[in-house]
Amino acid sequence: MADLTAALARRFAEKLAAAGLTDPGAAVAACLDDRLAFSRPSPHEELLAGLVDRLGVGCVLLAPPAQPHRTILEFLAGREAPAIRPRDCETRTFFHDIPVIAEPTVEAAAAALSRRKGAYLPGVGILAHGALSPEQAFVTVSSVAFAGFVKFFADFLAASRAGTVDAAYGAAFAAACRNLPPPPTVVPHLARGPFTDRDTMLAAMAQAGRATVELGLVDSVFGNISYNLDGVLAISQTGAALDDLPGAMDLVPLDGSSCAGLTASSELAAHAALAALDGRQAILHGHPRFAVIMSMDCEDLATCPRRERCHVDCARERYAGATPIVPGEVGCGPRGLVHTMPPALAADGGRSGVIVCGHGVFTMGAHDFGDALAALCAIETSCRARYFAALGIPTETP
Amino acid sequence: MEHPTAHILFCDLSAGACRREPLDPELARQAPGGRALAVALLAARPRAVWDAPDAAVVLAPGALAGFDLPGVSFAALAGTNPHTGGVLTVAVPGGLGRALARLHLAAVVVSGRAAAPTALFLDVDGARLLPLGAAAGQGTSAVMASMPAHDGALVAGPAALAGSTLAGLWADGLHPVGPGGAALLLTAKNCFAVAVLAQGEGPVPADPVALAGARAAMERLVAAAPALAGPCGFGRYGTAALLDLTAGRRMLPTRHFRETVFEAAGRLSAPGLFARLSPRAAGCPGCPTPCRHVTANGTVLPDGDAWSHLTALLGLADPDLTVAAYAACRQAGLFAPGAAALLAGRAEAAGRDLAPDALLPALAALVAEGPSVSPSAMAVKGVALPAFDPRGAYGLALSLAVGTSGPDAWGGLCLGHELLRKPVATDRFSFAGKARAVFLGENAAAVAASLGGCPLYGLAVGLEEWALALSAARGEAVGAAELAGLGKRTVLVERTINARAGLGVADDDLPARFFAEPGSSGEGIVVAPLPREEFLAAQAAYYRLRGLDADGRPAAEAAALESPWPI
Ligand SMILES: [Zn+2]
Ligand SMILES: [Zn+2]
Repeated sequence: MADLTAALARRFAEKLAAAGLTDPGAAVAACLDDRLAFSRPSPHEELLAGLVDRLGVGCVLLAPPAQPHRTILEFLAGREAPAIRPRDCETRTFFHDIPVIAEPTVEAAAAALSRRKGAYLPGVGILAHGALSPEQAFVTVSSVAFAGFVKFFADFLAASRAGTVDAAYGAAFAAACRNLPPPPTVVPHLARGPFTDRDTMLAAMAQAGRATVELGLVDSVFGNISYNLDGVLAISQTGAALDDLPGAMDLVPLDGSSCAGLTASSELAAHAALAALDGRQAILHGHPRFAVIMSMDCEDLATCPRRERCHVDCARERYAGATPIVPGEVGCGPRGLVHTMPPALAADGGRSGVIVCGHGVFTMGAHDFGDALAALCAIETSCRARYFAALGIPTETP
Repeated sequence: MEHPTAHILFCDLSAGACRREPLDPELARQAPGGRALAVALLAARPRAVWDAPDAAVVLAPGALAGFDLPGVSFAALAGTNPHTGGVLTVAVPGGLGRALARLHLAAVVVSGRAAAPTALFLDVDGARLLPLGAAAGQGTSAVMASMPAHDGALVAGPAALAGSTLAGLWADGLHPVGPGGAALLLTAKNCFAVAVLAQGEGPVPADPVALAGARAAMERLVAAAPALAGPCGFGRYGTAALLDLTAGRRMLPTRHFRETVFEAAGRLSAPGLFARLSPRAAGCPGCPTPCRHVTANGTVLPDGDAWSHLTALLGLADPDLTVAAYAACRQAGLFAPGAAALLAGRAEAAGRDLAPDALLPALAALVAEGPSVSPSAMAVKGVALPAFDPRGAYGLALSLAVGTSGPDAWGGLCLGHELLRKPVATDRFSFAGKARAVFLGENAAAVAASLGGCPLYGLAVGLEEWALALSAARGEAVGAAELAGLGKRTVLVERTINARAGLGVADDDLPARFFAEPGSSGEGIVVAPLPREEFLAAQAAYYRLRGLDADGRPAAEAAALESPWPI
């Protein structure tokens, strides 16, 4: 049992590195079954053991973030303590804020983690707990890194427009930019459609999901994908890892004749609405970072009375280049993106993509995922260029 | 601050008198409402058999039930379990909890026995006992119709009058309140209905801005939960939506749990039924995903457990017959899943499926059998298993076995991670980590039941959000960990009541069939018998986490340490 638990801990520590969230070997996972097991020896063992005990959970992850997340989170923690308030929509749905732990004691860390899923301990890393499985903690680490990234760059642009960037922010920004992974350029070839049988279709979806994660256009635990095969929508399940889709897709009849979509992505309704409006078969949804950041850049940000609610009800018609930006929350609520995104993407005979404000991008392909992935990539690349252009930085390495 | 629900009403039906007492502030702090307060009050009383006049039934609104929060209007009903002699707590949906809270009542404690069938009516003028006359024997609709105008009502029917251990209650004429036997707690006192009218607004939160923030967070999470707000979710089809899922996962209890796949499941998909009957949605006050559905002629459509057990468990596949059978159960005040399980057991004993035209007469005959009905063989603590085969989800199997009041599919929140992938998916065919999952899930479910939350919303709303809401209502910071402690204490108090009644490890077990016989494997899914050794190991691990001894009883020190109440 103890060996299995240690293996589980190692698997999740390695998963964090594979996702680029930590440097290889940097993360520590503490998992409890009958006994507590660590993924590796660490000077923080006592802290983690104390947290597992105090929180009564099965797993705690300590993830010293890889660059540029380290620079970003250290800066935000210093500036925003006692808590970092995420600005992107997805993180705001599931997290209230990210507490900054004042000192590396069990007491302080337990106080933060007893009220939130994850927290940041300056100089050490992201701490997250999983009551049910290490998977929960992994999702939290990924969300904290994403939320920090988006907030850091979005706030910097806003501060730059307002002329309030100080020396520390400038230095942190330069350091973060030096550590940015290069923008995706080469889009891999994907299986060509139309797909006519389920197995081929499901394999193509799994391939496209993997490619989207590998290009950095979504973190594996987010995003979703679907394909309309003769009125049956194959769609990734809620919480499915986009780079590990086999076995995690539902087949949902679009005529609503069954409840097979009960476990489907929280955006099933949006995918179905889109399938009804637009004949293209393939839908891809990712969270490319600069597209999300640029969707939150509004010229009215200082004066707009709804500036705290852009992501749910912005009155302006907005674009990033030719790509429309629409408001909308996750899921099917009255302010859900199900009401805004599908008509925008299907407009004008079918657009290449739509950005949901503060959230992510939806794209389509006529019969396969090749065009959908290319469009997702192109939107991110152009948003990234726009971001630096808006700062007056022609090439992004300062 | 002033506690929003600051009084307890003690009603002695023998004397026909009620008195109002302020709630002890220390008790209110430790057990803020709902299930926690109900079992605390119950545990503080001397033990009594369930049908003795000195036995008490407690009805307690959730601590936040008076506020305008989504899915938060529930009360808890607690009393002596007629099946076990231990504790029985049930969630009461609808308007009753909210109305009680808005009358500033933290709990209503009913004892004694009225001379004739009676209803208890509560409004701003106090409590009144209304003679029911012949209405008590005429069906739940007749009882409802005899009530004065109200915001919420809980009624029993002819099955309870006959003394049946299958008798359930109906809330607002919409929601079945089970398990079978729950109605007897009230009707042993000759009380066949409780109705509450509360004019006016809810309590004023200490921090209205923070409460609005908590409400927005809850709404956002509900909207983002496919099983609640999605196009196939409970907000669209009620819990009957689950039948397609249990069928697809090969864990649909079929023919008295002999099979786990029903060949006619495709005919029982909820959307087909809804397309034909075009029902309107109905539900609890302010619920954004109302899960009950009513046809134009007033027929209430079955919930998931009833829909599944009145079809697959009996080998029946006629949707209209099922709707009619459910309507008969509603009028009779029979808890439909338990009644169906009993008939399925009799069909197995007879060696053939129940004939479709025998279903309605058989249900009527069950009512007439009254107290002589023997419990279903597919039961835990005398209560029939709900519509999920335990061989298809191991955490769920453990939670069904250890539930203090009997098997409750939502009691350990395992349906979330094992079937509905919330908050993350876990391996449903493994006991690894499940003891802890059940322990934490039960604690969270007990918190929700103490604050007034819908059990289904456990799929979206967690302790973090409950802490935000309670802090805002009270104006003092409450943390998620503190709330988890409340849930833990509540379950421990229930365990203590059970232990005093002599319940032990043998009562925390599943029927032998699940360990001996496989389910229906196929389509790449192997449904093996539950591994007995691993089940027992998980049960033992669960006991350790709860601080129970090997017989499932609270260790003396643990009880003294963890429970601040006079138990
Ligand atoms: Zn998304
Ligand atoms: Zn705006």
